[in-house]
Amino acid sequence: MSPIISVEGLSKTYATGFQALKTVDLQIERGEIFALLGPNGAGKTTLISIICGIVNPSGGHVRIDGHDVVADYRAARSLIGLVPQELSTDMFETVINTVTFSRGLFGKPKNPAHIEKVLRDLSLWEKRDSKIMALSGGMKRRVMIAKALSHEPQVLFLDEPTAGVDVELRRSMWEMVRALRATGVTVILTTHYIDEAEEMADRVGVIRQGEIVLVEEKAALMRKLGRRQLKLHLREPLAALPPGLVDPALELSADGTELTYTFDATADQGGVADLLRRLAQHEVDFKDLQTSESSLEDIFVSLVRGRT
Amino acid sequence: MNVYAVKAIYLFEMSRTWRTLMQSILSPVLSTSLYFVVFGSAIGSRMADIDGVSYGAFIVPGLVMLSILTESLSNASFGIYMPRFSGTIYEVLSAPVSAMEIVLGYVGAAATKSVILGVIILLTARLFVPYGIAHPFVMLLFLVLTSVTFSLFGFIIGVWADSFEKLQIVPMMIITPLTFLGGSFYSINMLPPVWQTVTLFNPVVYLVSGFRWSFFGVADVHVGASLAMTFVFMAVCLLIVWRIFATGYKLKN
Repeated sequence: MSPIISVEGLSKTYATGFQALKTVDLQIERGEIFALLGPNGAGKTTLISIICGIVNPSGGHVRIDGHDVVADYRAARSLIGLVPQELSTDMFETVINTVTFSRGLFGKPKNPAHIEKVLRDLSLWEKRDSKIMALSGGMKRRVMIAKALSHEPQVLFLDEPTAGVDVELRRSMWEMVRALRATGVTVILTTHYIDEAEEMADRVGVIRQGEIVLVEEKAALMRKLGRRQLKLHLREPLAALPPGLVDPALELSADGTELTYTFDATADQGGVADLLRRLAQHEVDFKDLQTSESSLEDIFVSLVRGRT
Repeated sequence: MNVYAVKAIYLFEMSRTWRTLMQSILSPVLSTSLYFVVFGSAIGSRMADIDGVSYGAFIVPGLVMLSILTESLSNASFGIYMPRFSGTIYEVLSAPVSAMEIVLGYVGAAATKSVILGVIILLTARLFVPYGIAHPFVMLLFLVLTSVTFSLFGFIIGVWADSFEKLQIVPMMIITPLTFLGGSFYSINMLPPVWQTVTLFNPVVYLVSGFRWSFFGVADVHVGASLAMTFVFMAVCLLIVWRIFATGYKLKN
């Protein structure tokens, strides 16, 4: 199946001379949740803005469901819903009016039943006649989402969707995103919260200094780049590792009470069994052990620092 | 054409008018009424007729023009500046709408407000001074053309401005002086010959003169020249708006 979004050789240099995007190539598959990670100023918002038509590209092409976003912008944009990073709403308008406005703007006839469903799904129905200025920050964020969903988009961009919202709302947004994906909507989200990407994404892309440095299935990424560690709390401290145990993957803590064995998540698990045998041979006894796995955050930090 | 989008923008902008009725309609009507009271009834009653028209009636077209020029500019510039200022412009730019449809929505709403305002002021003026309209269709044509043209100009200012100060500066520092010096309160024939020539470089002279001709059949410049100047100014504004969208000036960069 062809990708729903195809980005080829996309570049953007602002009038100031700042090159926000170098040559970006990216494909987003239909129905997936794609998390775009990157530090501040990496080019995430510029990339989304170009795809959505808010910023003119300096070079390259973007196609949405085969429609070029410049040459065939009507067909391309009608498929897209965007929830921007900033809480940009008409403060003096009512919730229902601003959401209805969004639907009209995207060329759709009035559909009160759909608007009601969207508002109910986002727990906004009771607030439909309230002015936006009277809503809490979390509610305003939901209004932004309601506006983006008002015209039934096939692709939803969420630019830092849960920035500044409480844990409960964040969880409910995650549920909403999953529900959308279940209906076939493709979701692209940028986030600083790695746990958000880890929790929801099917695939992860990392952008750094205007370049996509990695696109990978989340599970595969964690398998490929993830590290696992085995920590052994020794019964008796060691002054140094016995010669038979010297191994680059094995590290003795400064106080000699803890041994740390680091290995690839994909590596043959026989390494741990071998280590335990060797410990027994050298009569190194331990009273407790712990295993840990690197998170997506560790992987992300590693990538943006350019260590991998 | 994305008719739903044009309608959405248009109705959204018009709803702002009804929400701010005092500022949008009542305030200009009140200030113009004061002009009629002071210049039309009080001072005007002691002044001689100009080209056979009583002074009170003579200033009616000029005052209507003064209001619709400033209100068209103000409404259209505010209409596009506010989404830029608040950030909601992202939605319009990401929607499947063409530049023409965006302009139709914003400028159409601003021009509609100005025409409504112009008609209300004309009706209000009738309470203070008696006047007739010799060429009602031409009057309506000038009213609509001027509203649309200056709403286009306002749209350009709203895109250009990056502060509220800049938003105010063109109407206050350029349009109001040009209107006052454009024959709103006098015939340019009353000026010394040198100033008569200088005044002809003021585009507002042509608008006021043409509009006044539609009322009384008398004008400072030929009505054809007035219409031509209005169309030229509209064409210039359309060209600039087209360039704004073609380059993304202050909208997409």
